[in-house]
Amino acid sequence: MTAAISADGIRQRYGDVQAVDGVSLTVESGEFYGILGPNGAGKTTTLEILEGIRKPDEGRIELLGLAPWPRNPKLLRRIGVQFQASAFFNKLTARETIRTFGSFYGVGPKRADAMLERVGLTESAGVMTDKMSGGQAQRLSIACALVHDPELVFLDEPTTGLDPQARRNLWDLLRNINAEGRTVVLTTHYLDEAEVLCDRVSVMDHGKVLKTGAPAALIREIDDTVRISVESGLLTAERTRELLDAAGAEVTSVDDDGVSLAVATHLPAPVLSVLAEQNALRGLEVRGATLEDVFLQLTGREYRA
Amino acid sequence: MSAERTGSEAAAVPSQRTSGTAPSAPAGQPERERVSAFASLSRVMLVAFVRDKSAVFFVLLFPLMFLLLFGTLLKGATSPHAKVVQVGSVQVLDAVQGDGRAELEKVLAITRSDDEAGSLEKVRKGDVDALIKQGPDGRVELRFSAADQVRAGAVQGIVNSVVQQANQAATGKPPAFTLDAARVEDESLKPIQFLTPGLLGWAVATGAVFSASLTLVTWRRKMVLRRLRLAPVSAGAIVSSRIAVSVLTALAQTAIFLAVATTPFFGLKLTGNWWLIIPLVICATIAFMSIGLLAGAVAKTEEAANGISQIIVLPMSFLSGSFFPTDDMPGWLKAISEAMPLRHLVTASQSVLSRGGGVTDALPTMGGMLLFAAVITAIAWRFFRWDDA
Repeated sequence: MTAAISADGIRQRYGDVQAVDGVSLTVESGEFYGILGPNGAGKTTTLEILEGIRKPDEGRIELLGLAPWPRNPKLLRRIGVQFQASAFFNKLTARETIRTFGSFYGVGPKRADAMLERVGLTESAGVMTDKMSGGQAQRLSIACALVHDPELVFLDEPTTGLDPQARRNLWDLLRNINAEGRTVVLTTHYLDEAEVLCDRVSVMDHGKVLKTGAPAALIREIDDTVRISVESGLLTAERTRELLDAAGAEVTSVDDDGVSLAVATHLPAPVLSVLAEQNALRGLEVRGATLEDVFLQLTGREYRA
Repeated sequence: MSAERTGSEAAAVPSQRTSGTAPSAPAGQPERERVSAFASLSRVMLVAFVRDKSAVFFVLLFPLMFLLLFGTLLKGATSPHAKVVQVGSVQVLDAVQGDGRAELEKVLAITRSDDEAGSLEKVRKGDVDALIKQGPDGRVELRFSAADQVRAGAVQGIVNSVVQQANQAATGKPPAFTLDAARVEDESLKPIQFLTPGLLGWAVATGAVFSASLTLVTWRRKMVLRRLRLAPVSAGAIVSSRIAVSVLTALAQTAIFLAVATTPFFGLKLTGNWWLIIPLVICATIAFMSIGLLAGAVAKTEEAANGISQIIVLPMSFLSGSFFPTDDMPGWLKAISEAMPLRHLVTASQSVLSRGGGVTDALPTMGGMLLFAAVITAIAWRFFRWDDA
């Protein structure tokens, strides 16, 4: 069978910057695939090369078994793209916009309107695109990417700048798109998003893929410290440490920042029982490692552009 | 198309999918879709233009305001009729009858008066251009004011030719040389005759240059170009739809201009081949769009595209005689203006609209403008970028 995407050894250089430095990845048909990385990691350039907007300096790419470069209209009918910023014609309403994009693929106005309904924009169909909220614009942008029923969909940071409600609604939409059998490739720097949505993720930095795998597998791979925290003031840090030592619980650290008393450990059970004995469980929170920890461990903590 | 996607793909996918129900691309005839991409892109641009109030104002109404303003201000400023008061009988004038009389009245409006002193005062005030009377010895006396020297010269010339003709006739011999005095005045332009093609040319140039440059820059900046590139839309559909909409706009400008200029108030008289203005305007629009394409290819922002377009259009309009005749321009400026398509549009439109010019006058101009478009488009293509990056 043909993979939805197979890319091998892609390299792209802009002047002195090696934006993409030997990326290879395979996305299976029907998969929800995430590309994660800090700003400037090369996510968007990689996506642009996969989509066929850029010709890489080196490397071999196939989408649905076809080469995306040079431009191949037959392939373009089978893929849908959404950019970081919305690409809308000026002075058009949402309905006119989706119908226009539909017409490029031979999709009639009825099916275009149905897609608008699908993303919940029927009520805003008459609104000019430049008057839409961020969430509405993103949904319209995704609708425009999906109007022709593509098999493979590329989404570049679709939830950036959205409020929590809009993000959750968009997640539902993206899950449904994928559940219909479409392959979805998404870039994001929201780790929770990747954890919730993606079957597999690749973590990128400095133009390279650092790690690829299912989010849960990646999280298990890293040192799985559990962070237990309760309200500050129930026990002092010193007293807690004494109690934990007495109980023989192994802990990595005990901190009190004035709001919470936090204990980091590999074995949460003895710690929890000590805290329970002291009746110090008010405001209890137990937090395991997340994709964010994987990400930070892989990419470091320094600020990015 | 999904033949290669069947099989045991579901097993390879991390979580079980409803394989086999993968969406299929819509089937359709490429031919029909190309047409509809052209149609919908044209519609998009037309709608964007109509909804952009300032664009509509600058492209359609602003040039029309100039036509109304200049047309009214200059109305009758250089009417071909010189007004002459004839005092008493003037043999040489009275002798001209029949066809000759009609010819003469095309250029001279002759009124009769017996009040010589009063008429002379009128000449002095500029109410009439000259006074004519015959002295006792057959001398024709012409009294004119130097206030309008051009008009005075014209009157002198006409009357002199009439006198010469009378002299020649008196010899009883057929004339060895003849001069058709009426033709001179017919060839000179009434203000509306040069204002209409001039301002129309300026309007068409403004519309075409700005629409091409701003569409290109806006679409590039808003990533519409990139999006179109990832849709099965041909570059031909994009370019031809932009040309179609600009040509439509230019023809609308032409129709409005001609409708206003031919009203009795402005009095533009169209001659036989005036319809040639249509292919002329179409070719000129394509030439102007190539300039806009170049401006849009070079410019990174809408503001820059606006500035570059204005820097090209305004001087081109002045040099091409859009606002005033440029017969007195120095040779080197004339040479520059000859390189601009607007100059040729203005000249050719004057010719076909009101000087009876025909296909042979318009064809070389059209060819030249299309050649200009081809050269400038080729240059623009070297600067063209799909993306901002």
